[in-house]
Amino acid sequence: MRRQLPFVLVFLSGFFMIFQYFVPHQKSEFVYEFLLDWLTIIGGFAMALGIWSLIRVSYDRIKRQRENWGYSVITLTGLFLMMFFGITNWEDGSFGVYIYTAEGLSNSMFVHFFDFILIPIQATMFSLLAFFIASAAYRAFRARSVIASLLLLAALIVMMRFNPIFGAWIETVANWLMNVPNLAAQRAIVIGLGLGMVATALKIILGIERGYMGQG
Amino acid sequence: MKKTSVIILSGVVILFLVSWLVKGASLSGEENPYLQGFLTTFAAFLTLAVFSFLYRDNPFYKFAEHLFVGASAAYWMTLGFWQTLVKKLIPKLSDGLANFFEVPTEEHSYWYFLPVILGLLLLMRLSKKGGWLSRWPLAFIVGYTAGINFVGYLRSDFVKQVSSTFVPLLIDWQGVGHFFSNFSLAIDGQFVMMLANVVIFVGVLCGLVYFFFSKEHTGLFGTASRVGIWILMITFGASFGYTVMGRISLLVGRLTFLFKDWLGLIS
Repeated sequence: MRRQLPFVLVFLSGFFMIFQYFVPHQKSEFVYEFLLDWLTIIGGFAMALGIWSLIRVSYDRIKRQRENWGYSVITLTGLFLMMFFGITNWEDGSFGVYIYTAEGLSNSMFVHFFDFILIPIQATMFSLLAFFIASAAYRAFRARSVIASLLLLAALIVMMRFNPIFGAWIETVANWLMNVPNLAAQRAIVIGLGLGMVATALKIILGIERGYMGQG
Repeated sequence: MKKTSVIILSGVVILFLVSWLVKGASLSGEENPYLQGFLTTFAAFLTLAVFSFLYRDNPFYKFAEHLFVGASAAYWMTLGFWQTLVKKLIPKLSDGLANFFEVPTEEHSYWYFLPVILGLLLLMRLSKKGGWLSRWPLAFIVGYTAGINFVGYLRSDFVKQVSSTFVPLLIDWQGVGHFFSNFSLAIDGQFVMMLANVVIFVGVLCGLVYFFFSKEHTGLFGTASRVGIWILMITFGASFGYTVMGRISLLVGRLTFLFKDWLGLIS
């Protein structure tokens, strides 16, 4: 019961999703949309589980005063402040707690937290990669063989495309490179990936792959 | 705390306060100038804190990192709660609840109690005794996703890709004209377009040969595999160049923020 029933459920839900694709009937499409909603709703509960885990881990680190526990205080402060702004609003001059309407989403502090904290950190973290990628390129792009030279040349052409001083010809060459050889290799990769995904999905539905269910 | 750390921390705090006051004063014509000044200075501080990782891992970077984890988790949870649970679930369950949450009512469907039950079972993972119950919703999610992926990937990543690769190579092509009568070396001309089809066909075939490890890569097979590596290298180079330019554009965005929005050095 504890281990077998979930595998039966996996088989039934997986088989149904394959079956419904081959039955393009209104009712089958309705059930498909219906189950899609189910998945989103269950995902909402999964998010609550994730938040609870984050709180528990951070609280545990603070309570036991583990190494760098002070940063867990910052995590929890960010979490609870953002939640607080998400359920309160004082735009019309009077402070209000809105746990049953989405007023908090229009709270200016909720929007400011997103614009002035989340966006700068995220964009800067991604832009950091420009530095690391440059140092990686220095090591990888030494034209010591034909294939390394091809890698270097393709990268240079694509990067030069964004620079107007090289003229229109470089754009033409870069576009051809992106639309033809790049497309060919991407297609080969995607075909391999697709076959791998199909095989894995089939293994899961048929109960051959069971690792995702964990131990016990 | 070491003496050096105290000096650095004090310096950063003083700089932050000075920047806040100067920025607030410079925005005096706008609404809430000191709040705007604080937010801009804080965003600049966070930007510099993340950039400081280029030197090495340090407390300022860790501060920004942990703040991001907490705030983004709460942001997505708040958004998920209102836009998924309240918007999609509540109106299907009862008019009373829909009125309470001030969302438009919809036709009821008691089938929607099932995902609620599955969602609650998922929370049983927190219980030591009933943890095994959380496998049921997990099984539903895994089975559903596997079924969707089976059809989706087979269609879009296999059938469609293969059918797009098998295109005419040396005949009339998509109405451009006859190959021999309309011979042109222009980029949109017949010759270049046909060459593209040939390169794509050969490239896909050789790329697949390279990924086929059940046969030794020797002879004709080895040659095809080598051509596959060349094509793959061009792709990796092109993807690398594209990624670099994307990251540099983000870097330019952050530098513009620092020099224009924060310091006001660029008009």
